[in-house]
Amino acid sequence: MNTVIAVPSLRRTTAHAAVLARRNLMSSIRRPDVLLLSTIQPIVFMLMFLYVFGGAIEFALPGAANGDYVNWLVPGILAQFAVFGASATAFGLNDDRTSGVLDRFRSLPMARSAVLAGRTTADLMRAAVILLLQLAVGILLGFRWQNGVLGLIAGVGLALAFCYACTWITATLGMVVRSTEAIQAAVYMVVFPLTLVSSVFLPTQTMPGWLQAFAEHQPITAIADALRGLMLGAGALPPGQTVAGQAMVALAWIGGITAICVPLAVRAYRRAAT
Amino acid sequence: MAEPIIEVDGLVKVFRGNVRALDGLSLQVEQGIVYGLLGPNGAGKTTLIRVLTTLLAADAGSASVAGIDLNADPQAVRSRIGLAGQFAAVDDYLTGRENVELVGRLYGFSRRDARQRAATVLERIGMLDVADRQVKTYSGGMRRRIDLAASLVGSPQVLFLDEPTTGIDPASRRSLWELIRHLLDDGTTIVLTTQYLDEADQLADRIAVIDHGRLVSEGTTADLKNRVGGTVLDLSVSQADRPNALAVLEEAVVGGVTVDPGRDTIVLPASDGVTTLYDVLGRLDRARITPTDVALHRPTLDDVFLALTGSVPGNEAAAGAAVGAGTDRETGADR
Repeated sequence: MNTVIAVPSLRRTTAHAAVLARRNLMSSIRRPDVLLLSTIQPIVFMLMFLYVFGGAIEFALPGAANGDYVNWLVPGILAQFAVFGASATAFGLNDDRTSGVLDRFRSLPMARSAVLAGRTTADLMRAAVILLLQLAVGILLGFRWQNGVLGLIAGVGLALAFCYACTWITATLGMVVRSTEAIQAAVYMVVFPLTLVSSVFLPTQTMPGWLQAFAEHQPITAIADALRGLMLGAGALPPGQTVAGQAMVALAWIGGITAICVPLAVRAYRRAAT
Repeated sequence: MAEPIIEVDGLVKVFRGNVRALDGLSLQVEQGIVYGLLGPNGAGKTTLIRVLTTLLAADAGSASVAGIDLNADPQAVRSRIGLAGQFAAVDDYLTGRENVELVGRLYGFSRRDARQRAATVLERIGMLDVADRQVKTYSGGMRRRIDLAASLVGSPQVLFLDEPTTGIDPASRRSLWELIRHLLDDGTTIVLTTQYLDEADQLADRIAVIDHGRLVSEGTTADLKNRVGGTVLDLSVSQADRPNALAVLEEAVVGGVTVDPGRDTIVLPASDGVTTLYDVLGRLDRARITPTDVALHRPTLDDVFLALTGSVPGNEAAAGAAVGAGTDRETGADR
């Protein structure tokens, strides 16, 4: 007969999350076409911006970029990918919801948060692989970090932490929004303007005042600036900012997003699929 | 009756738009039987299953499964039930075995136990030879089987099957029926929903007929059939002849003569089959009434409803559609 413990302990929740993360990773590895395209896309993005924009804007870059757009672009595009990579969570959870898989999970004796933790963890791991690949291609194209290997590692860690925070935003989206098409539209509608009106591709100083005010105070700029500080040193930051200060701003965003979106996602999960 | 394994008392669930999917439903299910919930689309069957499997909280009333109150300890209920929903809830890119093992792990079994249980269940369900193929290569019937295997891997005391054979071919349907009947061997109680009388007839020991979130009738399949009559006679006559015809028929058959307004047809139980048919035609002939159409057939779900409620579910299009629109998966499935 069943010897299942009724109340899920933290250990059991972690074990369930790990089982589900493995399931999600296995399921995506067996779709090589999707995997390949979703890996190539961010790299193509980077190449496009590097060669289309690169020549025209080198004069506008701060000294720490060494006059080379690739040095400016790579930290920015890692911040951008952190958001795009996180959108996979919305699609994955929505698939599970429409196919009835979430119903089955919700009828099993396990913690509600395990399904979400398993999904976000798997998506983070996938994003980590792609992000490292993107960084490697950037290095091949001439990106040189100037703040030591530790700065580089801290930057990658920060980008992934931001990505993980964003997976909880998209987790909520995936359960609240009904169709894949709507999710697609929502992701593009929010992520594209947000990454363009930021310091991801260009310094914000040339934007009109009102836009600049927005661009300088939104999370993607905060992350991109922090990554630049960590990877290129204080010289890459707008005047008056320090690397440590910028990293703190980024961490505050990550903490804030997580604190708000984890409970929201868990609540949406409880109500999902009805 | 022994201590019931499921007790439902006055359940109410109201969805947005004031749709009462469950409207004070009460019933009891004895242990170790197949219990069929029969009703048209939007009757509230799926809502009831979703409440009993802890997916949905009722607005009023109470229910217990395996002696545990649903509100008091839903986790304990979850460890004692299995659910196979309207869609085969399996991952296309995992193998059948991996899907079943996954659910075993989520019930809380160790890797080794989950593996062993999966193998046992897969063998029982006749899927061992194809268990290591990805689910995307399976037919519809095979997907249902794997889904059923996943719902069995935790050795549930109560197994809930929501329209287990909807959308699969007749041959797979029959073999699924057989499979479900065999599951009773180890004392599992099965609750299943269906829109088809023949399915309820084939599978269920007792049937609850549900409409508009209420219990319309309850009993063994034999009880239910007796109420309808083993065979049903449909008769059409011209408008002019109808009053006379009805009078003649009321005399011939004691009780149960109804008019189905949707089809403009007189429906009556023909307990003696062909003999009843001859008798009825003879009486009509003596009254100089010639039917425009006659059909003798086994009772359908419509006939059950007509006999039990005096109306066919489809004829209350407005009310039926309103209930349908609010109910859960039956319309949530807009794919």
